[in-house]
Amino acid sequence: MKKYLPHIIFAGLCVVPLMDLSSYIMHILILVLMWSVIGMAWNILGGYTGQVSFGHAAFFGFGAYTAGILYYHLGISAWWGIPACVVILTALSLVVGYICLRLRGAYFALATLALGEICRVTTENLVDFTQGNMGIMIRERTWVDKTWYFYIILFIAAGTFLLIKIVMESKLGYYFVAIREDQDAAESLGIDTTFYKTISLCLSGVLTGIAGAFFMNYMGYIDPGVVFPLYDISITTVMVVMVGGAATYWGPVVGAVIMVFLAEEIRSLPYIGAAHMTIFGVILILIILFVPNGLVGDYRRLLKPFKHKKEASS
Amino acid sequence: MSLIEVKNVSKQFGGLAALTDVSFVLNKDEILGLIGPNGAGKTTMFNVINGFYRPTKGDVLLSGKRVSNLRPHVLCKLGVARTFQVVRPLQRMSTLDNVIASAFIRIKSKAEAEKLSLDVLQFTGLSDDINVLSKGLPLGKRKRLEIARALATQPEIILLDEAFAGLNPTEINEQIEIVQKIRTERGITILIIEHHMKVIMAVSDRIIVLNYGQKIAEGTPSEIGHNPVVIEAYLGEEHSA
Ligand SMILES: Nc1ncnc2c1ncn2[C@@H]1O[C@H](COP(=O)(O)OP(=O)(O)OP(=O)(O)O)[C@@H](O)[C@H]1O
Ligand SMILES: [Mg+2]
Repeated sequence: MKKYLPHIIFAGLCVVPLMDLSSYIMHILILVLMWSVIGMAWNILGGYTGQVSFGHAAFFGFGAYTAGILYYHLGISAWWGIPACVVILTALSLVVGYICLRLRGAYFALATLALGEICRVTTENLVDFTQGNMGIMIRERTWVDKTWYFYIILFIAAGTFLLIKIVMESKLGYYFVAIREDQDAAESLGIDTTFYKTISLCLSGVLTGIAGAFFMNYMGYIDPGVVFPLYDISITTVMVVMVGGAATYWGPVVGAVIMVFLAEEIRSLPYIGAAHMTIFGVILILIILFVPNGLVGDYRRLLKPFKHKKEASS
Repeated sequence: MSLIEVKNVSKQFGGLAALTDVSFVLNKDEILGLIGPNGAGKTTMFNVINGFYRPTKGDVLLSGKRVSNLRPHVLCKLGVARTFQVVRPLQRMSTLDNVIASAFIRIKSKAEAEKLSLDVLQFTGLSDDINVLSKGLPLGKRKRLEIARALATQPEIILLDEAFAGLNPTEINEQIEIVQKIRTERGITILIIEHHMKVIMAVSDRIIVLNYGQKIAEGTPSEIGHNPVVIEAYLGEEHSA
């Protein structure tokens, strides 16, 4: 049964557009799927390989701008951004990897944090190329209806899930986790830690970039503040994975569901809506204190008090 | 034939000379013991050989080729495996997964990696613990896991750094047997650091003695056991009898 869970969920989602849901609900579902992709992508590097990044907005934004700039400067469909991302984001990841991956732990995290900000500021200032703070707008949207956007992001999410499953059950997955657990031990067991960390970063970067390119197509407008922000992208990405459970297949998906709904709910609350980042911060602290492995990672522990009661009553 | 040749190796940590001008060879199919008091530089010697540290001076040659500027994973690929004195299991991985991760160095398919891993786990007596998370293993077993991981890389040479725990007579005999079987059954050359004299005397063909980073003696176990310099520096009076 558990083995078929992904198939069942995928099949269930495939029929969602037939249910004639409101445009708003479809929008929320699309965001959930997009954040699942970003979370899964981050999870490869941060969860499995143990290289915690606070700069995934850089990859997301690069992906979005790849699509945007192809459209704006070359006049081709922004959908070409998705395949183009594979090349562009690999190149970016190699550069970032070369600079940052020699750093360990907190130093790596700080370097990636700086990376996101560098990308934002650079994009703001390269006005001729990126339109700066004016942003890039797609005038003729592909579809008005949300159905096809939903299917596209659903297939990207399913593909990402499958890819991660395949990777994590292969040599590559073993190497990622070995690096997370002990880099020096991994190195002496014959694992070229620099090389495999770079591979992990490339996978993570490309998948995040694809989500960014999708975002450009779906939203039809981007500017540096929308796609490169520290809080709304980089930190939210970390939270999606932490809430759901790092280094688990379903953690980023569960985290995306919770975070997207939470963001929508909190934002619509009167008075405190503007403070949603504060509330997220508090949630993050609670998570770290009480469910450090996330909801998926700790669900057995979360269920335990109930089980005890049952045992006692029977 | 010499597999590893250590040539005039010195290693400084700031002002501290952990190794000073140490030279020796490790011959093919040999079991070479490395002994010396705490802080003598034995583990440092391993770290230099396996590429964790670069020697401040001198060279390490593997089958005649200079390897002292290579990284540990390259040395592992070239056939030099090691265990850590302070064990470093991949904690949140099961015992079996720890070994599979190292088996992948020469094996592409997971099924084959698993087969080899089960084999070395049986060899090291860990068959009953394959699904235990390695951080949950008692120290003795974690030490054996170190050996299992090293063996799974299918090395030509293994560096054992105090790879055993426990001192009762049965355990000591088991340890002696495992070391001997690594050579006889698997054809692996061994460089072994061990504080327990009974083990080192029983398994070694030759022994090198370090003291304050310097090599003070080299010889067969009986030569070492009777060497007055070694007795004074390390063995103490009871061994001279
Ligand atoms: N990374 C390091 N930085 C600074 N000093 C070090 C480092 N590694 C080892 N040393 C020092 O080098 C000396 C030799 O240490 P080493 O670990 O090689 O000794 P050892 O012979 O293995 O001792 P033991 O029998 O206790 O394991 C010690 O004085 C130690 O403090
Ligand atoms: Mg030591």
